[in-house]
Amino acid sequence: MKADLVIVGGGPAGLAAAISARDHGVERILLLEREQELGGILNQCIHNGFGLHIFQEELTGPEYAARFVEQLEARNISYELDTTVLEVSPEKEVTAINPVHGLFSIQAGAVILAMGCRERPRGALNIPGYRPAGIYSAGAAQKLVNIHGYLPGKEVVILGSGDIGLIMARRMTLEGAKVKVVAELMPYSGGLKRNLVQCLEDFDIPLKLSHTVVEIHGKQRVTGVTLAQVDENQKPVPGTEEFLSCDTLLLSVGLIPENELSQQCGIQLQPVTQGPVVSQRFETSVEGIFACGNVLHVHDLVDYVTQEAQAAGKYAAHYLQGGRRQGAPIPVLGTGGVRYAVPELVYPKSLDDSILIRFRVGQVYENHGISVYLDDERVLHRKKRVMTPGEMEQVSLDRELLAARPHLQSITVTLEEEKP
Amino acid sequence: MNQRDLICICCPLGCPMTVTLENGQVAHVQGNSCKRGELYGQKECTHPTRMVTSSVRVTGGVLPLVSVKTAQDIPKEKIWACMEELKTIRVPAPVKLGDIVCKNIAGTNVDLIATKSIPSQ
Amino acid sequence: MYDVVVIGAGAVGCCVARELSQYQLHIGVLEKEEDVCSGTSKANSGIVHAGFDAKPGSKKALLNVLGNQRMAELAQELDFSFRQNGSLVLCFQEEEIPKLEALLENGRQNGVSGLQILSGGEVRQMEPNLSPHVAAALYAPTGGIVCPFELTIAMAENACVNGVEFRFHTQVQAVEKQEKGFLLHTNQGDFAARLVINAAGLFSDTLHNMVSKRKRTIIPRKGEYCLMDKQAGGFVDKTIFQLPTQWGKGVLITPTVHGNLLIGPTALDILDPEDTATTAQGLAEVVEKAKRSAEGIPLRQVITSFAGLRAHEEDGDFVIGEAEDVPGFYDLLGIESPGLTSAPAIGELVAQWVAETLRPARNSHFVGTREKIRRVREAYPETVNQWIAENPAYGKMVCRCCQVTEGEIVDAIRRPLGARSMDGIKRRTRAGMGQCQAGFCTPKALELLARELGADPREITKAGEGSRILEQEGCP
Repeated sequence: MKADLVIVGGGPAGLAAAISARDHGVERILLLEREQELGGILNQCIHNGFGLHIFQEELTGPEYAARFVEQLEARNISYELDTTVLEVSPEKEVTAINPVHGLFSIQAGAVILAMGCRERPRGALNIPGYRPAGIYSAGAAQKLVNIHGYLPGKEVVILGSGDIGLIMARRMTLEGAKVKVVAELMPYSGGLKRNLVQCLEDFDIPLKLSHTVVEIHGKQRVTGVTLAQVDENQKPVPGTEEFLSCDTLLLSVGLIPENELSQQCGIQLQPVTQGPVVSQRFETSVEGIFACGNVLHVHDLVDYVTQEAQAAGKYAAHYLQGGRRQGAPIPVLGTGGVRYAVPELVYPKSLDDSILIRFRVGQVYENHGISVYLDDERVLHRKKRVMTPGEMEQVSLDRELLAARPHLQSITVTLEEEKP
Repeated sequence: MNQRDLICICCPLGCPMTVTLENGQVAHVQGNSCKRGELYGQKECTHPTRMVTSSVRVTGGVLPLVSVKTAQDIPKEKIWACMEELKTIRVPAPVKLGDIVCKNIAGTNVDLIATKSIPSQ
Repeated sequence: MYDVVVIGAGAVGCCVARELSQYQLHIGVLEKEEDVCSGTSKANSGIVHAGFDAKPGSKKALLNVLGNQRMAELAQELDFSFRQNGSLVLCFQEEEIPKLEALLENGRQNGVSGLQILSGGEVRQMEPNLSPHVAAALYAPTGGIVCPFELTIAMAENACVNGVEFRFHTQVQAVEKQEKGFLLHTNQGDFAARLVINAAGLFSDTLHNMVSKRKRTIIPRKGEYCLMDKQAGGFVDKTIFQLPTQWGKGVLITPTVHGNLLIGPTALDILDPEDTATTAQGLAEVVEKAKRSAEGIPLRQVITSFAGLRAHEEDGDFVIGEAEDVPGFYDLLGIESPGLTSAPAIGELVAQWVAETLRPARNSHFVGTREKIRRVREAYPETVNQWIAENPAYGKMVCRCCQVTEGEIVDAIRRPLGARSMDGIKRRTRAGMGQCQAGFCTPKALELLARELGADPREITKAGEGSRILEQEGCP
């Protein structure tokens, strides 16, 4: 089997990348999806709030996915469902398995990685206690409720106030469960403000900031958890422990890009995002292998995933048409409160567009501005009333700014306090 | 005259807004970044509404459920009545995205529509 | 009437049952849990000890060395994972080297072959990630690692195929000595047996004390562990022990046969034989002590933590043999470390006793080998494609992290003594043991289990009674 372009993953990133690659002239595209339908995580995100940037209207997850599936079908782009990719080699040979074709290999000209991310499990938190039934990641619970139609429990404590945790607080409540509390380790919520309002406040679900679960009770099934307040170093404060009875603990404690395939392939990963290091063309350290969406870094809005994937699809097409990165790269650095910036590298000799740098901040910043320095020269500054780690930020750098500086050494994105 | 502080839920921006009320009427909305925000502020202080998204049982489909939404937002106090009614609904496959799954759900004059297509088994 | 009833289906009970199944005997195994390998056997280090630790002449010493010698052959016959990776006992001070030498001498007396003392430099050459403070180490090339689930399940399946009856959810509440044998009163009715083998692990003292005047006490000794992802599995190749010091026994660092990295255990005597809860202090202690052996342990890769209980008998050695005042009642008490290693040898010993007592004929239909669940991730592509052609379920990935297919899960449910719970599936196939800890595969595995058992998914449990995964009502 052969293909010009193989796309690993049929979620929002994979779909948009495939469509964009076709629109930029790639003929033989094969998209591989491990589930029995396209759409990825959007299928279980049945709530609304998707698509405001791309479609200027508010869609539910399945509706958002359907728009792209339609476009994919309209272009006759091939895809395989129930197909798990087992290996991507640096030579771009993709090995996959499914019930119809068995174990098979495809030699691709280029590969786009769009595997998405996974949830951090309980083990990563090392919460002491038993290991009873009734502990789920919020996403697993979401799938059980929204795709399979089962309720995982009746009395629920949610740890983590990321968007999935908040959405599940509302969802479980609507389905008849009692959500007793959402506990958040940090002094701020990791979720969108609108979700705090419409998922928690609307249903009088308390949010306890700077709190965590310090013990899980129950041998067979969860019978309760012990919550405790944490200090500024996120260590539990003795004496603040409080027992809450519940039969279910949902964990919404972070997402991790799913990069086992990338690692096996020898693709360089970035320790902060845990996604591949990419250039402005979304090309990884292995030439001709691209990455976009949550496998690259975790996004909070699917619209941005789509935009990023469209760009990756375009650059993959460019690569297949002979476009190669030229010259040496310069680093994009995040400093002064910027936790990471994507892309990590810019090839100045291969610039054909302005560059969109996406990043996250490490804590809540009020009255700060985003600045971009080209070497020591500040070329961009934008005031921002508030920035939080839960919301991705972005700045756009004009191509001309870079083109005018042939000896540029580095690009730095940083936060600077605004003088009152 | 009294004021209410709100966070707009229209889009992910989550603008903090202040709504000024005079004699139960909205006099002024502040802090919004768009027209939708202003409308939200007015509505939230007079007759708050929400869109309801959930799922409904499908018979004979490739999946057991179809996701649904209210075609428009419904009065907030009707959410529970809507959920109750929705639990009793069974739709036969195939279901197409946009199909009306239930007309006038919970007497809201708003239809419940499918947000996904579920082919027959 | 059973000829022999084995109480407890842990590693020891299952090894005993399997060895006994070579004879024409009516054998029953009574297990209070829903599956085999549900107590001490499910949560331990998975080490095949070389045998240098135990006091020469002790039962531990004898059975450890015998068990170690049998392991490779058994792993082949019964198709379970075993690797002779060798082990190192580290010491961190020059002054302690004589203690290592004493350990070596101890091992020689126990009949352990190949032991040698390595210098700090030699150790680091062998294991570059170990601490620069390692002064020397005792190297035991015969040390190994095994998957305790696989070993126990393999023994049980083989016993089952050879005619042993396993009864789960069956708790022995009283043992009545009768003229010819015993009457065992259980929550599932009474069972008569000519001989009884007490392999009840943490509860073996209770059982013993039901019939014997010479009372025994088992002390549950809790051990907590942290398990790291496969990405960390190459951190060490050998099993790394620490020489016991004035600060305690130390903890080990070891790869598992499946390529994960394991650190632990603590050792805390407790009262409750079912208290397998991890504690903040325990987990912190594991990490702190393990760092003595290697500072750079990739703790960010921890995917789960767990606690197991060892059945410690106060005298310190295995207590095995016929209870002195109860002929026909055989105790296997205090089978703590090196219990897993010794289990096959204990099984052989018990079979010998039974054979001498009952003089049974050989079971001419005995099949000594067993095949494990076909594993797509371990097979050659041609083989995988043949399986998929026969059964497309082998092409359907259910657990992404551990690459377990639907075909493997169905096999785990359908085979002899098949899985009846989510944990049963996990232990047989490894589905749910990877990075996401069953986040992705739970719904699918649950539906497969329900389908195969003809049950409502809401009846499916994690590990037997009281551990249902789903709520009974709710959702449309």
